[in-house]
Amino acid sequence: MRVVVTVMPKPGVLDPQGRAVGHALSNLGFAGVGEVRIGKVVVLDLAETDADAARAIGEDMARRLLANTVIESYRVTVEA
Amino acid sequence: MKAGIVLFPGINRERDMALALERAAGRAPRVIWHTETDLDGLDLIVLPGGFSYGDYLRCGAMAAQSPVMGAVRAHAQRGGHVLGVCNGFQVLTEAGLLPGALLRNATLRFIAADATIRVERNDTDYTHRYRAGQVLRVVMAHGDGNYYADAATLDRLEGDGLVAFRYCDAAGDVSEAANPNGSARAIAGILSRNRRVLGLMPHPENHIDPLTGGTDGLALFESLFAASYA
Repeated sequence: MRVVVTVMPKPGVLDPQGRAVGHALSNLGFAGVGEVRIGKVVVLDLAETDADAARAIGEDMARRLLANTVIESYRVTVEA
Repeated sequence: MKAGIVLFPGINRERDMALALERAAGRAPRVIWHTETDLDGLDLIVLPGGFSYGDYLRCGAMAAQSPVMGAVRAHAQRGGHVLGVCNGFQVLTEAGLLPGALLRNATLRFIAADATIRVERNDTDYTHRYRAGQVLRVVMAHGDGNYYADAATLDRLEGDGLVAFRYCDAAGDVSEAANPNGSARAIAGILSRNRRVLGLMPHPENHIDPLTGGTDGLALFESLFAASYA
């Protein structure tokens, strides 16, 4: 199964990279850009064939390595 | 006190650290490869600076999972001393041996410059050769040194006296202008609850010789190797 783990900085955690990109977008003429947050996406191909089991593995991976839950939140989705 | 330095792939400050330890202790530290798990006979484990595993995923994240870190954690739980500088501090937070995290510098820039930090307390194994409030000139060289923890954790660190060093100006005053990387409450270094684990971003090991810019860092190592303090 393909498991996608999306990791984002938690609300309230400074994201200077996102802020700089937001500033650059404004300079390019994109009006009305509010907050910009930058995270990362980890795409995993797992041998597991059961969707719920694959999601559980992804959650475990996110908790133990892929995200630092002090500063980041994560979301795990399973693709067929 | 017998010291060892842990080498992760991508570390580049181990030689400077070894010099500082040798100068203070009178003998060279043991070098520990990241796959080793036997730390018997060592009292102080040092995680030096650099870019372990190329800073992949997050600074220190990969190193925190390496075999040696299980042994370092056990060493800390036994009450052993662990010093993490720069990337070593990042590894200690990623491994959960110190609270909080190091974010990208608020300026988004890698900062390689002199900094001044204030000794917050001098009744620890790491700082008793300094005066409380003493201002040290040290060098910093990092892109991700912006200390972050939630407000409750910061309050606990302050309340328990676990802030070891703060960025400050030459007079010892803390201000936004004197906080180069945007760290929460200008924190440059913190201690564990038992004050045996210290993590800090600046490099005391680079200020141990007048020929290379000053000696303000040497007393940290001398503190560690001194027999005892009152």
